[in-house]
Amino acid sequence: MSASGADATPDELKHRIEAGIPGASAEVTGDGHHFNAVVSAPAFSGLSRIAQHRLVYDVFGAEVGDRIHALSIQTKATESIA
Amino acid sequence: MSDETTNPMREQIQAAIAENPVILFMKGTPDQPMCGFSARTSAILQSVGQPFAAVNILPDPRIRQELSSISNWPTIPQLFIDGEFVGGCDIVTEMYESGELHQALGLDAVATGSSEATPEAHAPEAAPLTIENRL
Repeated sequence: MSASGADATPDELKHRIEAGIPGASAEVTGDGHHFNAVVSAPAFSGLSRIAQHRLVYDVFGAEVGDRIHALSIQTKATESIA
Repeated sequence: MSDETTNPMREQIQAAIAENPVILFMKGTPDQPMCGFSARTSAILQSVGQPFAAVNILPDPRIRQELSSISNWPTIPQLFIDGEFVGGCDIVTEMYESGELHQALGLDAVATGSSEATPEAHAPEAAPLTIENRL
């Protein structure tokens, strides 16, 4: 299924976040337009909150504000599993 | 796209950020927010008693386009303190709850999450700044 045509789903966002940020684990809820993502990743370690959120937004590029009308984010840095 | 020689809209936004110690770019106005995230963020600023300039980004899509290019941040609202991008609704909410927002604003820390009444939507003391819609 093309990622650009149909409404976004929480599942799609979850998988794209987890694929886009190494070691990330995401819980996503939403109604197809407004989403909330709770994301944990070792990659967040040492980054400012803004930088952490940018990593998540960067997964979706210009889709945020467009196809993904709104994306609320909470981030948590986790220990990296060596 | 990367023509930075003359871009009045971009310059106007950068000047607004530089000239206003606390400035919120939002959908609608503090009195009439047009989005829940903008409403919440402006209500937080009002509840801590912080006067702020507000720019409604809705009248001209180029405002948002230039703003996001300046801040490297895709969503609205966007809060700037002393010329620095602070964050959007999620980050401002987290900072408010943790007391970091008071620090960033140089306000005395107050107990947050108390039984404070829901912030009223009264106008901030600073007159909302309007970026005019020019062709």
